Amino acid sequence: MEAQSRLAHIMKTTNVYIAGTNCITPLGFDVESNVLNILNGNSGIRLYTNTKLLATPFHAGIVDDDKLEAAFTQAGSSRAYTRLEKMMILALKPIITRPVADGRSVLIVSTTKGNITAIAGIDNVSPDAYLGQLAENISGYFGFTTQPVVVSNACVSGILAVSVAKRLLQSGMYDNAFVVSGDEVTEFVLSGFSSFQAMSDEPCKPYSAHRNGVTLGEAAAAALITTDKEGAIARITGDSSINDANHISGPSRTGEGLYRSVTNALNETGVKPEEVDYISAHGTATVFNDEMEAIAFNRAGLAQVSLNSFKGYYGHTLGASGLLEAVIGLESMKQNRLFASLGYDEPGVSQRISVITGNSSKTINYFLKTASGFGGCNTAVLFKKIADGN
Amino acid sequence: METKQYINGYCVIENNSVTVNGQQVLNTPGLAFPEFAKQAYQLADAGYPKFFKMDNLSKLAFLAAGLLLKDEVEDGKDNNIALLFANSSSSLDTDTKFQEQINDRDNYYPSPAVFVYTLPNICMGEISIRYKLYTENTFFIFAHFNAEFFAGYAAVLLAANKAEKVLCGWVEFYKDSYKAFIYIVSHEGSTEHTADNITKLYHT
Repeated sequence: MEAQSRLAHIMKTTNVYIAGTNCITPLGFDVESNVLNILNGNSGIRLYTNTKLLATPFHAGIVDDDKLEAAFTQAGSSRAYTRLEKMMILALKPIITRPVADGRSVLIVSTTKGNITAIAGIDNVSPDAYLGQLAENISGYFGFTTQPVVVSNACVSGILAVSVAKRLLQSGMYDNAFVVSGDEVTEFVLSGFSSFQAMSDEPCKPYSAHRNGVTLGEAAAAALITTDKEGAIARITGDSSINDANHISGPSRTGEGLYRSVTNALNETGVKPEEVDYISAHGTATVFNDEMEAIAFNRAGLAQVSLNSFKGYYGHTLGASGLLEAVIGLESMKQNRLFASLGYDEPGVSQRISVITGNSSKTINYFLKTASGFGGCNTAVLFKKIADGN
Repeated sequence: METKQYINGYCVIENNSVTVNGQQVLNTPGLAFPEFAKQAYQLADAGYPKFFKMDNLSKLAFLAAGLLLKDEVEDGKDNNIALLFANSSSSLDTDTKFQEQINDRDNYYPSPAVFVYTLPNICMGEISIRYKLYTENTFFIFAHFNAEFFAGYAAVLLAANKAEKVLCGWVEFYKDSYKAFIYIVSHEGSTEHTADNITKLYHT
């Protein structure tokens, strides 16, 4: 047997934790207000009539401009930032409680479309349309001295960035990774999803027999991933991102990529499927996505595990969704409380899954977050609760 | 004991020319990209008619990857080759095309066939489908080619047993300017997978 490499050894023995979280959403500008709204069954989704965005009325979860401006003015800055950058900066601000100019901290930005409005209506795109520039703008605000890393991998971006952070930290490249994810509701994405006829004519209903498509949303979420256990919420114990190798815009009928991703994350952790206490799944409420997930979770032996989708509260916030939903799922774990999967009524997938129908108490030690996206991508990340003094 | 990683093969596509492991295998000056891509497609012997529906970025990435994978992927085997891709302009080349379809409200015709390519990672999906790679996929964005990151992250994927080999790709396409630099990394070989060596090959 070949001697284990030094790097493999370091990676096996370095633990990585998630220590601070925050989010900016239509339901609030901190985690506490978001969770309170979720507990009360409040959704951030509204019906909008805005012909600048889409010719016909549409449902979406949109952050209020005035509230955003007010919050950002309070945060204070001399230079101009885009709307998305403001959301991302506000998401990061409260969790940046340690020096970031130490050369051991990295900023990881994840987004599907970034400042996509910067390409509208002009011949030459604004530099802000480049995701590298967006990341530099955020990095400059906080004074990071390392080069930012950008993950842009469709709708798994946010949770994939957590996986990337875990790996970079395990390898010893950095001690702290500040991960921020964000995406906006724009004319661009509304036009795209409606051209696919993938938009629901009412607030989306994940896993329901009556679901008929996605509702789009916008948000920014942030997390501090660190090798420092002090003050940690959870340890990131397993992660995997496997492609379906099936279709660029349609989910796999066998859920192959999601099944493999979940199984890999569990195996890396060394836990059995029945030890998983809770899954925050993707649940976009398209007919095919939710069905694919049900198949994958059944194949992985997770049919009995309590599961929800947060899309009924936020809509599909694209690249932000994976991190936003992990942030809220971690609150579930912290509070030992399951949140209802809003919009779910009658079962609407061919195989049994355990969709959470009402808020309830449950001890959560292992929390699984999954996401899937265009291009056949899937990501699964498993979190283990840090009990006090343990 | 330190286990090193090695570059097993590389492909560069730019300026209407295709180079595999330092050997130029196609050079067609003056052709527009779609015509050039058609000729390169014959060369890659890919047998994937969906190629002709792809956007420019996916065509570019698919061709460069195919020229390496055709000798690498074995049918019926679980080829655990991760895809580690990056570029600078994401999918802006196709984003601007989609934006043109929606800019004018009197002539509004968003096409789902274009919209699906407004994501940089779609090119990895195309490669995964053609070569049946049920493997790790991640698309990163950097302002400039980042040899250090490729060296570091590929080593991480191998050390963590996330993959047996890694197909690293810098695939940049915006307007008339493009470059693909794709190479394979594994635990065996002779050219060490260091930032210096990666940079050298990138500039060949």
